[in-house]
Amino acid sequence: MRLLKYFPLAVENIAARKLRSFLTMLGVIIGVASVLTTLGIGRGASADIMQQIGSEGLTILNVESGTYSDQTWTSGPPLTMADVAALSDRSLHPDIDQAVPIYRQYIHLVAGNNNRYGEVVGTTSAYAAIHNLELEHGRFLTENEVAQKTKSVVIGAEVAQKLFDGADAVGKSLRITNEPYTVVGVFRKSGWGRFGNMDGRAVIPLAVAQDRLRPAYTSHRHRGEYIVSEIHVNAVSVERLDAASRQIEQTLRLRRNLTEDEPNDFTIDNQAWLLETANSVAATLTAFLAGIGAISLLVGGIGIMNIMLVSVTERTREIGLRKAVGAHNRDILLQFLVEALMLTLVGGLIGIAISYGLAEIVESFSSPDFPLVVLIEPGSLAAAVSVSAACGLLFGLYPAIRATRLDPIETLRHE
Amino acid sequence: MLSLPPLIEIHNVTRTYHIGRSALHALSNVSLTIDHGEYVAVVGTSGSGKSTLLNILGLLDRPTEGTYRIHKQNAGELTDRQRTTLRNREIGFVFQEFNLLARATARRQAELPLFYAGLSRNESRRRALNALEQVGLADRAGHRPEELSGGQRQRVAIARALVNSPSLLLADEPTGAIDTRTGEEVMALFEQRHLEGLTLVIVTHDREIAARARRIITLRDGAVISDERRPALSAAA
Repeated sequence: MRLLKYFPLAVENIAARKLRSFLTMLGVIIGVASVLTTLGIGRGASADIMQQIGSEGLTILNVESGTYSDQTWTSGPPLTMADVAALSDRSLHPDIDQAVPIYRQYIHLVAGNNNRYGEVVGTTSAYAAIHNLELEHGRFLTENEVAQKTKSVVIGAEVAQKLFDGADAVGKSLRITNEPYTVVGVFRKSGWGRFGNMDGRAVIPLAVAQDRLRPAYTSHRHRGEYIVSEIHVNAVSVERLDAASRQIEQTLRLRRNLTEDEPNDFTIDNQAWLLETANSVAATLTAFLAGIGAISLLVGGIGIMNIMLVSVTERTREIGLRKAVGAHNRDILLQFLVEALMLTLVGGLIGIAISYGLAEIVESFSSPDFPLVVLIEPGSLAAAVSVSAACGLLFGLYPAIRATRLDPIETLRHE
Repeated sequence: MLSLPPLIEIHNVTRTYHIGRSALHALSNVSLTIDHGEYVAVVGTSGSGKSTLLNILGLLDRPTEGTYRIHKQNAGELTDRQRTTLRNREIGFVFQEFNLLARATARRQAELPLFYAGLSRNESRRRALNALEQVGLADRAGHRPEELSGGQRQRVAIARALVNSPSLLLADEPTGAIDTRTGEEVMALFEQRHLEGLTLVIVTHDREIAARARRIITLRDGAVISDERRPALSAAA
């Protein structure tokens, strides 16, 4: 490679002016370090948001009877266990992982003298998995407990606090509709989310809820089948949410004998938009931070151009001599360009090293309430290096062209 | 010797500088022929056009009017690239102020024309060391200009000028910045190469230096006022 022969020359010139070379590089160093660190903080934050959204069960489609439009709720025939069974057929619904029935009631939970009004959810053992629920103590309902209609309950952190005063609730008993249930697990605190206050609920086996918690004003059966409040359909992936939603819609419309011109009398809540929103927020944040970094890189680049211009003026005589002894314009151009390129590349590499140091410092301020993760991705590194090289080319080009335009006789006389 | 065409032929060369609205004729209607192997001194007061002539001969400058032929090629028809290549291969320059690179060692100074000629590093190194040896600086190859005396610097510059074995050496006041005795040594180096066939054109205002040449061209106000040939130089001079 012909360019290589200019490298020793560039090294010599850079080494000969160490302080100035360093000051020249400083702009690029600061630029690259700030781009990488701010991008890293942005990426870290968005990864954190994604993880939180993910833990809310983003792949879940919530299916309910009735529709809401123009601020009016229009009810429809209830969903039943037969619908759950139909949706569980993988051959008709390839994008559905599983359909989990939910039967819920708001009711008093009692333990000794303590009581709390809360949401009792009857469901199957798959519920915890699709909702990514983690347990602080004990375990979730087993398949066996659900099948055997055992009166076991898993409670949220607030329920445990309220009913058992913060003591370990596992193995203790609480009463729902005056019947005793044994606490087998306590959920880890997770706060409010898409499905309400996770910490304020008690989860019991589906069939127990269907038997014991009859609705006050309607039948608990529809066409002989147990009704369910909702069906939580878990799609195979976030990408397949829309496809899964269409498969549910098709099946339910068929089962409800809806003709083509009749609207849906059920609602499928698809939260894919949440992911899209989060993605676009993250993209905006990243673009904003990268923009700030780009400006500092630009300033650094202008600094390089300035120094290179000074350097060209200062080395006028040298350029003249080089031309006199046989340097072509291209030789002069490449000499200055390689020098600028090298300054920016070395600056870029130092900037990368510094950004890792800054990442460590930023992360040391992290706390559980305010997590700070700096994610420096290989893509950002590659971009930083190529952007700094591009800076070198861009801002080195003009001074280099100036150098080639110098007239050898004039330059040899230059003092 | 006589069958060879002249190395340099300039015909009716005029070089005009425009300073503001006034035109300055640094050279007017100069015609000259210099053969291979000549030893020419160009003398004249400052402002007589000596340096302008040397720049034109060295392809660093172009005549405003007239033609310049070197090695049978019409310099006016050459591209910048061709002129640079010709300068690199056929012409060596020695300047009054040496014009060495500030931070390079003597060897790297001497290698410079070879670097642009595209020679391999090893070959460049070998030839540069050889050229330094010929000017008596073999033991100073690793020294930078600030570590060398004026005479030594000029000898480095001469090694650089001769490293490509050019056919023409152009020297602009080569002894102007060094003492008389060192000047003598420098001239002796030139003359030794002249005896080996190198064509020398030396610009000087020093009559004693000029007196050593076989031909003295005197310029005044951009015109040749005398062109004097003298008997052969004796090797012992």
